[in-house]
Amino acid sequence: MSTLEINDLHVTVDTEDGAKEILKGVTLTIKDGETHAIMGPNGSGKSTLAYSIAGHPKYTITGGTVTLDGEDVLAMSVDERAKAGLFLAMQYPVEVPGVSVANFLRTAKTALDGEAPKLRTWVKDVNGALEKMNLDPAFSSRSVNEGFSGGEKKRHEIAQMDLLDPKVALLDEIDSGLDIDALKVVSEGINRFTEREGKGVLLITHYTRILRYVKPDFVHVFVNGKIAEEGGPELADQLEAEGYDKYVKADQQELV
Amino acid sequence: MTVTENLSAALELDKVESHLHPTGSFDLADHAIPTGREEIWRFTPLKRLRGLHTDAPLGGASFTTDIKAPEGIAVEAVATAEAKRGLSGLVPWDRIAARTWDAAARTLVVTIPKEHIADEPVYVTVDGTATSAEDEATATHVVLTAEAFSKATVVFRFTGSMTLADNVEIIVGDGAQLTVVSIDDWADDAVHVGHRHVRVGRDASFKHVDVTFGGSVVRHDTTADYAGPGGSVDMLGLYFADAGQHIEHRLFVDHTAPNTKSNVVYKGALQGEGARTVWIGNVLIRKVAEGIETYEENRNLVLTDGCHADSVPNLEIETGEIEGAGHAAAIGRFDDNQLFYLRSRGVSEKEARRLVVHGFFNDLIRHIDVPELEESLFATVEAELAKNVLAEDNA
Repeated sequence: MSTLEINDLHVTVDTEDGAKEILKGVTLTIKDGETHAIMGPNGSGKSTLAYSIAGHPKYTITGGTVTLDGEDVLAMSVDERAKAGLFLAMQYPVEVPGVSVANFLRTAKTALDGEAPKLRTWVKDVNGALEKMNLDPAFSSRSVNEGFSGGEKKRHEIAQMDLLDPKVALLDEIDSGLDIDALKVVSEGINRFTEREGKGVLLITHYTRILRYVKPDFVHVFVNGKIAEEGGPELADQLEAEGYDKYVKADQQELV
Repeated sequence: MTVTENLSAALELDKVESHLHPTGSFDLADHAIPTGREEIWRFTPLKRLRGLHTDAPLGGASFTTDIKAPEGIAVEAVATAEAKRGLSGLVPWDRIAARTWDAAARTLVVTIPKEHIADEPVYVTVDGTATSAEDEATATHVVLTAEAFSKATVVFRFTGSMTLADNVEIIVGDGAQLTVVSIDDWADDAVHVGHRHVRVGRDASFKHVDVTFGGSVVRHDTTADYAGPGGSVDMLGLYFADAGQHIEHRLFVDHTAPNTKSNVVYKGALQGEGARTVWIGNVLIRKVAEGIETYEENRNLVLTDGCHADSVPNLEIETGEIEGAGHAAAIGRFDDNQLFYLRSRGVSEKEARRLVVHGFFNDLIRHIDVPELEESLFATVEAELAKNVLAEDNA
């Protein structure tokens, strides 16, 4: 059982010209077992939504609430949010030189569970998760994200999701920069995750391509920091055919 | 004419004026008392050198030496008058080195015989026993020779309290492989100014590992040149400056022969009010040094407010006929994105900081390739972190 409730969320980011509002009242509920796709043009605030929920220090919440199973997410530190069951797959995963994937994964698992994983089964689990993402077992001795190809970074993010087993996964443009083979591997990873009991997914994407492999229950169109349109999977097909123009224009007219 | 001057002449090198590395001299009169404005002294807190750079007597003996050498390697402390000095080409290039040359009563002579392969490292531990800053300073000399085709590791460890000025000459014979590790693990009040010069033989490889954790002021000049083509030099450094500590490293690789290699990588962390580090790297590629390859890098991680790091890489190139030359320097704080990434996986801020710092030093420690030391170096990094980064309750 897991429900992520975002209610009237307002977020600003500091710029040279002062605080700039990026999210202008976002309301969205991800219930048990649901996959939501968020689509929108560049700069519409899709990524900001994911990073704000995960607690990146760059963003300031100026209004609204986010709860996970009734718990106030915004009151939690970044690591407390992860412990509560949130996971963020980043568009640009960060390099951590000198820290091996194996060490990183074990440290994360230990932090989340409050105890070190059992060595024998853990090594098997890690190798299994890497293998499912077409990553060689030798991958675990490399430094986190250092020298990884774009595809390896994304597959590594999904392998982490598999191993850390969150309640709700926020996937920020997990499909960007992937060739079709890697996209399929990543999509299969997401599908294996959603098949588990009660997992929520917020899939942020610029393109409809990934939605041929990962079927969303709901599609939200994001324009200028707000949800401009909502619907079922058919909305993705419509976007594929028509693009974002009509929503962007409507938003601009609203301003006039 | 001394042996050294003969050797220098034999190399028949063009004189290259380098403001970073003035021409050396054995005559103290050639080395004026520094004012602190000179290029080579401007980063150093002269007032804290206890007169090493002026005229303070250097006859102190407040230390003990413990030596562990595997069979087949000769280690002996002899009266300096009996030692063959100057074989490395070391000519004192500043006042402290010149004074140390004159004053060193004792010379430690370590010789790895021709073709000898040592299974275990030689350990030389100098433990300072000074009871106050007024105890007379000590000058010592070391001549370390790895004869042709030998292979060995020599570890110098410095502990306790004293004021030490030392000159270390290292001669790596043709085809020899020598690793020298120097660990400044002094008590907080020690002062150590060291000059090390290595001459690397034909097709020989030399690795210098410079670890600096302790001491009030530690300043090391480490220089290398090549007696023939094909030699390779690795200089790896790891330092951790705490509140009030001054740690200064000045590196100079003089590519005096063709097809030689050098790789200089120093990494340091700073924490606490007044922690200060200086890193000056310089590589000179002479006209004769065609086909050489060189890289120098210094990275500093500033862990708290109130620290100051200087990092200046230099490259003087007299020929363009080389394989490659590069350098990099960086001074940075914890990367917010790194910490965020780790924390978004449930790792606490403290643990995330620990991981990042361990990672920062990890690559370097693994490259040292002396298994006996790896664990203790990681433990030392951990202990340093415990003082500050991990001690903050709110972290």
